[in-house]
Amino acid sequence: MKLAVLGVGAVGRSVVELAGEYGHTVTAVADSESAAIDPDGVDPEAVLARKEREGTVGDAAPADALTAASDVLVEATPTTLGDAEPGFSHVRAALEADRHVVLANKGPVAERYDDVRDLERDSAGSVLFEATVGGAIPVLSAIRDFGPDHITAARGVLNGTANFVLSRMAAEGLGYEHVLAEAQDLGVAEADPTFDVDGTDAALKCVILANVLGDGGHSLADAEVRGIRDIPGSALELAAEDGQTVRLIGEATPEGVRVGPRLIPQNGTLAVTGTRNIVQLETTNAGRLNISGRGAGGPETATAVLSDVSRLR
Amino acid sequence: MTEIGGPTPASSGVARGEPETDGGESQTHTIRLELIDEPGQLLGALRPIAENGGNLLSIFHERGNITPRGRIPVEVDLECPPERFEAIVDALRDRGVNVIQADAERYGEEVTVLLTGHLIDSDLSDTLRRIEECSDASVIDLSLSAPQGTDDTSSARVRLAAREGRAQRAVGIVRDIAAEKGLHVVEPLSEGSP
Repeated sequence: MKLAVLGVGAVGRSVVELAGEYGHTVTAVADSESAAIDPDGVDPEAVLARKEREGTVGDAAPADALTAASDVLVEATPTTLGDAEPGFSHVRAALEADRHVVLANKGPVAERYDDVRDLERDSAGSVLFEATVGGAIPVLSAIRDFGPDHITAARGVLNGTANFVLSRMAAEGLGYEHVLAEAQDLGVAEADPTFDVDGTDAALKCVILANVLGDGGHSLADAEVRGIRDIPGSALELAAEDGQTVRLIGEATPEGVRVGPRLIPQNGTLAVTGTRNIVQLETTNAGRLNISGRGAGGPETATAVLSDVSRLR
Repeated sequence: MTEIGGPTPASSGVARGEPETDGGESQTHTIRLELIDEPGQLLGALRPIAENGGNLLSIFHERGNITPRGRIPVEVDLECPPERFEAIVDALRDRGVNVIQADAERYGEEVTVLLTGHLIDSDLSDTLRRIEECSDASVIDLSLSAPQGTDDTSSARVRLAAREGRAQRAVGIVRDIAAEKGLHVVEPLSEGSP
């Protein structure tokens, strides 16, 4: 398949790097200021070296990547809330040109799921978005395989940063600020960790899950969201005395979304440590299904993108 | 205590007169109460039992012990028709008697929550009292941790005993009371019903 990759952050970069390994060709790459286009395939190394060196990927305009010859648009620009722009317009342009879309950007399917589905209905192209939930973990394809009607609920740990902070606080008896600073030093938390520690990122993933389970109708505004900033170390100590711990847990059902710190058994399935993610699916005929793995990271998330691309073949 | 240890006329009368109409035989129940250490408290607590058709079998007034709230625990064995038991417990609560436990199987659901925030400043004992009053659940265990002293953020682990099927409702009430007082609740994840 020929890919047009929008966004050259950690995920977009890894998609460009790994596409060949999965049998695909990148014919266009764009960041917010420039684009590299080659109908025979861009040279991944050259493009990424230029990005590193000059901050641009090529001499073409970003918009040219949307019209360049390709089968699939890989939308990996940063997630935006509300109108989910410019990601949503990219999705629209690709679908109107009857191209497929693979999303790493959560915005369009979290905030405007019904609009995306409407556009898809009128297009010969399809939209897949495995990479938006749980990074490398094949959550959405598992739901698709079972059929959304056979999944009553999805819950789990969907933000590695928050999970790292809580599991370090519990293990070391340290306070929130201390552990957050450590996480930032390690590159686990971003300089501005708001999205992660306030639960927004986990909530967006749960909203996407709720949309898939309930065939749309959800956005971040309807989700009940609480973060982990106000959890004192003493709360984790009290939990541990009782064989329990606290994790930022997201829950999604066809009816709605709830994200917040919750008490769970210390040795239970959901008490994953570090940046690991886990998703638990409640199925109608097959009991509980647990899938865990790396929920973030460039190459990890890029594998989910490329799996989607391969599904479109 | 011996003078009220036996069946009182009112209680025995109802208990013996009612079984046929209630359609079942009397069952034995155990209720644990806590009382303020003042004259008349015990008698006042026992009256609702008799008035609601309970037959007192024994009373164990644990004068040597004291509950975390500084009250005296009392264990009451009684018999009554099965459907009367709830009315007896409700009547006790209506009189302001704190029922810690009323037959283990009836309060078979336990749930633990964490409360965080300015617990002391916001009057922890009032918080707990209101949780018990509103949720019809009993606080059976409380652990408090205030490492920065009482005027900073502290945490409490509260274990509640609720009637079968009522634990989630009790957690919801804890959440409402906490919100009102600016406290945070870490609720348990109930995996069955998200």
